[in-house]
Amino acid sequence: MTINQLSIFIENRQGTLLQVLDLFKRAGIQIIATNLADTVEYGILRIICTEPQKAFEALKKEGLAVNMTEVFAVEIDNEAGRGADAIASFVNQGVSIAYLYSFIVDGKGILIFRTDNPAWAAEAISKNQLSTLSEKDLPSLV
Amino acid sequence: MDINSPYFHPEFETLSRPEIEALQLDRLQKTVHHCMSNPFYRERFKQCGLHPEDIRTLDDLRRIPFTTKQDLRATYPFGMSAVPLEKCVRLHSSSGTTGNPTVILHTQADLDAWAEALARCLWMVGLRPGDVFQNSSGYGMFTGGLGFQYAAERLGMLTVPAAAGNTKRQIKFITDFGTTALHAIPSYAARLYEVMKAEGIDPRRDTKLRVLAIGAEPHSEEQRQRIEEMLGVKAYNSFGMSEMCGPGVAFECKEQNGMHIWEDYYIVEIVDPETLEPVPEGEIGELVLTTLRREAMPLLRYRTRDLTRILPGKCPCGREHKRLDRMKGRSDDMIILKGVNIFPIQIEQILLQFPQLRTDYLITLESAAENDTMLVEVELQELFTDDYGHLEKLTKEIQQRLRDEILVTPRVRLVPPGSLPRQEGKAVRVKDLRKKF
Repeated sequence: MTINQLSIFIENRQGTLLQVLDLFKRAGIQIIATNLADTVEYGILRIICTEPQKAFEALKKEGLAVNMTEVFAVEIDNEAGRGADAIASFVNQGVSIAYLYSFIVDGKGILIFRTDNPAWAAEAISKNQLSTLSEKDLPSLV
Repeated sequence: MDINSPYFHPEFETLSRPEIEALQLDRLQKTVHHCMSNPFYRERFKQCGLHPEDIRTLDDLRRIPFTTKQDLRATYPFGMSAVPLEKCVRLHSSSGTTGNPTVILHTQADLDAWAEALARCLWMVGLRPGDVFQNSSGYGMFTGGLGFQYAAERLGMLTVPAAAGNTKRQIKFITDFGTTALHAIPSYAARLYEVMKAEGIDPRRDTKLRVLAIGAEPHSEEQRQRIEEMLGVKAYNSFGMSEMCGPGVAFECKEQNGMHIWEDYYIVEIVDPETLEPVPEGEIGELVLTTLRREAMPLLRYRTRDLTRILPGKCPCGREHKRLDRMKGRSDDMIILKGVNIFPIQIEQILLQFPQLRTDYLITLESAAENDTMLVEVELQELFTDDYGHLEKLTKEIQQRLRDEILVTPRVRLVPPGSLPRQEGKAVRVKDLRKKF
């Protein structure tokens, strides 16, 4: 129901993003989705990739500050309004969303989000029969 | 008191060099005798086989060991006292850094002598009864508050103990009470001007300000001139430290070229901080002071850790008391920011309390507009969250705890592990990018 996302602490200066991406390149791990906000002094680079555990170890070995977090990956149909429907089922369950980003793969929309109420989110998923991705699905996404 | 006299204490201010030195020898001998009433010095003298009678010339001063801030801490709280505690009427204390703070005790005679010394300074720069003196120093343990307060009263000025902060109220006092003289740290003087400007007040037109006493914060000659230009005043440098009472140790005369150190109060030495030998006249070294008028806590050859030099030559004002140049820095790692003394170890000890942080940090001091600021960069141990909010909360918490410890609010920036500069394996702790003085 959840997948592992990597969060990497990077300084807001030229070259720090590339340092991380190069590391994935060298390790032969493909990035599926990523998110980085424009903050002043530092950024948290969030990455969904094919082999999170392997990437986590490589990043650690490089001395980077990295965190592995479970996030929900909800699959929705590639149609107008489906995102709203999915989020409505979480809101109705009282789930608040810390952050969210999305991408499209194989004609399906994927919503990635983290919540501080994972149990409620899981309830909302089974109640509304939402389709989610799990760790084993990751390699097949690329 | 002759209001037209340039001297507050003509009997001391007009002494010639030989007269100053004769007075100093007499007072030094009395001070050393008096130190025998203090167990710390008694033990010191015993250790080096020194008897008070051995001090026959001023050069004999060099037979006495140095006193350090460490000695003051080790004898905390009252171990440096040379009089019974019942004779003391006040104490001032510096902020505790590593372990004990330092305590300075005063008898009534000490407080009187202190007020007299600083009143002499204020008179020297042309302040007289009839002037209105406003003090923007923090009162309390900080000696710039009470020190200036009693001195300005001693001189006979109307005093406005405005204390620190509340800039708009400060300006209202200046305009409403006709303040003619102000004591402020240089960055605050500049801040006052900025706020006056924003309020549509022209200090030259709308205030009676004419004299500014500035000190406690390193500043350049250019900064002084800019402040004088902005506020339409003459700004005079002041030097003091709580171990020597506080402000009033040395002060600029109207020549604004070096601060006369009152040699009827202190014997001044400039030594090489490594070899502890005297440096040649006019060269920079560590300022070492011996008190000549202190009852409660006489200090012999106290290492101030301030680096400065004696300006060679005679001052055109006629006073033959030596002149100290601006302070050039410190022989230890103390930082002076906005008049507050800060040791990096204080910052380090706070950072150590956060398990999310590594022990590496970098303090950067910068001049931003008219304000000196401190940036503390610290390395994250690891990323304990994926959430910006958590990092921000941590940053705020660090900032708050640092503020409580060092009394100024630094900017705090989290940086990745291993990203701070190191030199020869040793971490760089402090980077001072402030405008040099």
